[in-house]
Amino acid sequence: MTNISQALAALQAEALTALEATADEAALEQVRVRYLGRKGSLAAILRGLADLPPGERPAVGKLANEVKERLEAALTARREALQAAARAAVLAAEQVDVTLPGRPVPMGRLHPSTQVLRRICQIWADMGFQIYRSRDIETEEMNFELLNIPAHHPARDMWDTFYTTVDGILLRTHTSPGQIRAMREFCPNPIRVILPGMCYRYEQITARSEIQFHQVEGLAVGRHVTMTDLKGTLISFAHRMFGAARRVRFRASHFPFTEPSAEMDVECMLCEGAGCVVCKQTGWLEILGCGMVHPEVLRNGGYDPATYSGFAFGMGPERITMLKHRIEDIRYFWTNDLRFLEQF
Amino acid sequence: MRVPISWLKEYVDTPLPVPELAERLTFAGLEVADIQTVGLPGSALPWDPGRIVVGQILEVRPHPDADRLVLATVEYGAGQPKSVVTGAPNLRVGDTGHKVALALEGARHWDGTSPAPVPTVLKGRKVRGIYSDAMILSEKELGLSEDHTGVLLLDAPAPVGMPLATYMGDVVLDLEITPNMARCLSVQGVAREVAALTGGRVHSPQARMQADGDPIEGRVAIAIADPTLCARYAATLITDVTIGPSPEWMRRRLRLAGIRPINNVVDVTNYVMLEWGQPLHAFDYDVLVRRAKGVPQITVRPAKAGELLTTLDSVVRPLTRERLLITDAAGPIAIAGVMGGAETEVTHATRAILLEAANFHFVSIRKTTQALKLPSEASARFGRGVPPSAAVPAAMRATELMRELGGGRIARGVADCYPAPQVPSVVLLTTDEVRRILGMELSRAEIERILTALEFRCEPQGETGLRVTAPDHRLDIGTGVTGAADLIEEVARIHGYDRIPVTEMADRLPPQRDIIPVNLEERTRDLLAVAGLQEVITYRLTTPEREAQLSPGDDSPAERAYVRVANPISADRVVMRQSLLPGLLEVMAHNARLRDRLWFFEIGPVFLSGGTLELPAEPRRVTIGMAGRLAPASWRDPDPPRTDFFDLKGVVESLLRGLHLGAARFEPTTHPTFAPGRTARLLVEGHEVGILGEIHPQVRAAFDLPPGPACLAELDLEALLARVPPTHPVVGVPRFPPALQDIALVVDDGVTAADLTAVIRSAGGPLLAEARLFDVYRGQQLPSGKKSLAFSLVFQAADRTLTDAEVEAEKRRIVEAAARRLGAELRA
Ligand SMILES: [Zn+2]
Repeated sequence: MTNISQALAALQAEALTALEATADEAALEQVRVRYLGRKGSLAAILRGLADLPPGERPAVGKLANEVKERLEAALTARREALQAAARAAVLAAEQVDVTLPGRPVPMGRLHPSTQVLRRICQIWADMGFQIYRSRDIETEEMNFELLNIPAHHPARDMWDTFYTTVDGILLRTHTSPGQIRAMREFCPNPIRVILPGMCYRYEQITARSEIQFHQVEGLAVGRHVTMTDLKGTLISFAHRMFGAARRVRFRASHFPFTEPSAEMDVECMLCEGAGCVVCKQTGWLEILGCGMVHPEVLRNGGYDPATYSGFAFGMGPERITMLKHRIEDIRYFWTNDLRFLEQF
Repeated sequence: MRVPISWLKEYVDTPLPVPELAERLTFAGLEVADIQTVGLPGSALPWDPGRIVVGQILEVRPHPDADRLVLATVEYGAGQPKSVVTGAPNLRVGDTGHKVALALEGARHWDGTSPAPVPTVLKGRKVRGIYSDAMILSEKELGLSEDHTGVLLLDAPAPVGMPLATYMGDVVLDLEITPNMARCLSVQGVAREVAALTGGRVHSPQARMQADGDPIEGRVAIAIADPTLCARYAATLITDVTIGPSPEWMRRRLRLAGIRPINNVVDVTNYVMLEWGQPLHAFDYDVLVRRAKGVPQITVRPAKAGELLTTLDSVVRPLTRERLLITDAAGPIAIAGVMGGAETEVTHATRAILLEAANFHFVSIRKTTQALKLPSEASARFGRGVPPSAAVPAAMRATELMRELGGGRIARGVADCYPAPQVPSVVLLTTDEVRRILGMELSRAEIERILTALEFRCEPQGETGLRVTAPDHRLDIGTGVTGAADLIEEVARIHGYDRIPVTEMADRLPPQRDIIPVNLEERTRDLLAVAGLQEVITYRLTTPEREAQLSPGDDSPAERAYVRVANPISADRVVMRQSLLPGLLEVMAHNARLRDRLWFFEIGPVFLSGGTLELPAEPRRVTIGMAGRLAPASWRDPDPPRTDFFDLKGVVESLLRGLHLGAARFEPTTHPTFAPGRTARLLVEGHEVGILGEIHPQVRAAFDLPPGPACLAELDLEALLARVPPTHPVVGVPRFPPALQDIALVVDDGVTAADLTAVIRSAGGPLLAEARLFDVYRGQQLPSGKKSLAFSLVFQAADRTLTDAEVEAEKRRIVEAAARRLGAELRA
């Protein structure tokens, strides 16, 4: 009896040591077969049970079962430990350099002018100003005369014009002829339109001047449109376009198709009004020209200037983009170098 | 217009510091573009008040050791007079009493000998053995001009010992004058603005002359041929004048205003022009008498064909009828308002001056200035409008100044031919009208105060009205509603735009519309950008040669009716484009050396001159250009595949799907720009809307594109968008699982994918939900002349799961139809 108990204790100790020593699941299986298999050490000891006196059998049998359960539990624990170690080894072997660059995703983009044009038009659309598109090639009458800029008038000096070989036909110098076209189309209804489009100027192409550029012009006509409305509407626009806290100011100016005329400055967004190179140390950026529609222009559009009034304004999306992003060369816009375009 | 503050303050009192004054002017529409400071703090090199002072020469002695140098003793109101060694040619031995700018030891001044502005500090030193610690400065050393030929000589009244900065330090406002502000092309005009803005008073210069000579009557006769071209011609006469340099104060003011001093007579004409805005011209009267062999008869008239005039720049100018001339009996003596003739020019020998103060129509002057390319201070003023009323006061003021500076006797009276007297504008303005336009309440008294400050005459009319008469110098005030608008602008700008309140628009919202073409165009942009293309915007001006490169086979392309620029600024921008392709190809070529992947698009108009229409059609197009690799090379994929025709077609198909366009067909076609066999025209609902394909190798070479396929599409955007349905049906997602079947059909090479797909679709019936071609095979496993097209078929019923037998029957019917109609065999 004592011999068997001792043999069981010795087996348990030996088997536990062997389990601890296993390095992988194959070795573990060998250990299992050796101690717990049908022909294993434990089975061999249990076969000796039959030789014991019947009174001792239950106690020894119980002991043997305890040893078996203990060893099986240890085997399971060891197997799980070995499996976890194997998984960890695989993961360790498969780790990546997360600092390697991602796979490039080729993206399409809109041209910066399109992006800012959309932003401008969206803000105006929210205020009820709808897009009105008008042609690039215009008559001199639409581009100048009907806008209160007669031939040879000193005001003509304000525009360097590309004329075509057809007498009286030119490349529009501003989107303003669209004002006349819109008025003639909508008269006598009230008008709120925004006119985006390409304009042309007879200028050398330099970092500061281009032969073509976009303009966005706005026009409101009605029976009760005033200069206080002009200020209020443009300030709303400026606060959305440039920031709600941005200060805005109006200076007197001159455009032949508006009277009174003004220029709107917005506090410089680069220096927050403190003064910098871009705003020439003034703290202000000139953003747009505006004014009350000149009576002659209203009349030319079909509206009686004694009962109707209106305001108009115009701005340059490329100029606004340049100011916002500190771009120093306007030629980037039509060169379409991807190193420029990809930044928008 | 450059306005020295010292000059401005002669005509208006203003307590405002210069920066504030500049801001007030800018806000009132007289933009101060620049403020320049001379000698005062803030300038590039201020004159040290303790070290640069007014000095007076006591004596000039020869230098004992140097012939070219002299030794001047200069008193400066403190301590011992200074000994100064100088080589200035305008200081001669024996001179005494001259006032000069004396620099003392430690004074900073500009180096007179350096070509670039270099500051230097005066130190005591020996010059040829004589110690001197002071210096008499030149204009260049003071920063007044580039002149270093002699020392600056001041006018006699300059107070000895006064800091030079106090005596003649100045600030110059550089004003941008808009066309409606032409009246401010004169110091007086600016003074009037300052007065109205700051509440100051204007002191006009005296327009009086001390005339004690014989009357001018009978000594010159004046006639005007056409009063619409010349509203007034006035002249004064001064005899026994001595031509010489002007005093320093006048030279200084002219210089600060940007005009080079010449001699007292010419300087006076320029000075009074700057003062009054009235250009003047001085004739040598004795030459006129000699030419006339008696009393000169001045006639203002258009030139006759063939007439010639040698102008004072010594150019012989042939004249045409558009040129307005000043003539005498012997012929032309000046081009009116633009340039005088050489023969009658004032010279050092001149003794008598006939001074012209005339008024010419701005259009005539502008045409002449442009035609002869002779811009001048005078033509700039005439070209923007000068009030005829200014002629006589300016002539009298100038003649008197000539007498003061050059002596002589002024003939009594002014010869004045004034056939078209100026009519002042009279406008009725009511407070209601002011409120209607400005949107704010201004009392009649306030309106009257502002207009009166601007020298308008106001008389109350009715309860709320004012009858406003414009002063003579306001040529910019119209009549009627326009005149009212002109006055309202004056009221608003003097009142201050910053004091106009802010309101939300209260007027009725106009009828709102949806601008469908614009919306769809923007949708097209989005779809192409989502497809991975970069939008570009190129020049709309191009050359016919560039566009001809699109048709390499065509040696003599028919001269297309281009919209052509009459005054191109460069040879490569002469006509409006008729295709977007060249611009896009140039963008691709430009970026080819920068990036692996060149996928671009542009949307914009082309310009097609149409037969009898005077204005061209401006149809909008969408252009796509794709070349290079599908993706940038990376460590994950060092060699990505190249873009080919089917990448382009995929983008076009995505666009068509995104716009929900109906049946689209791609048909093989040919076009000179595209490679034969790799080009298709696109038809939507049977209408041709554009072309796409691989670029012809010759075109690729002409536009310097790198080797490898480049694919282009040009679509008629309007034709495309016109077929976009207002809405499209959406099919529900089936509840039952689909049955998938792949089949490969072997057909003759000539059978197109479109042919086979059409047969499959029509044979498949309603249960065939999708037939997608996924493989094309040619090769050893097939007989030559055959190809295998493999399709993935999706069968689907809305109300049940299809049985294997049903799917098998459908598939069999498709295979049989393909066999029957296209000779297709099921590939084993
Ligand atoms: Zn700034």
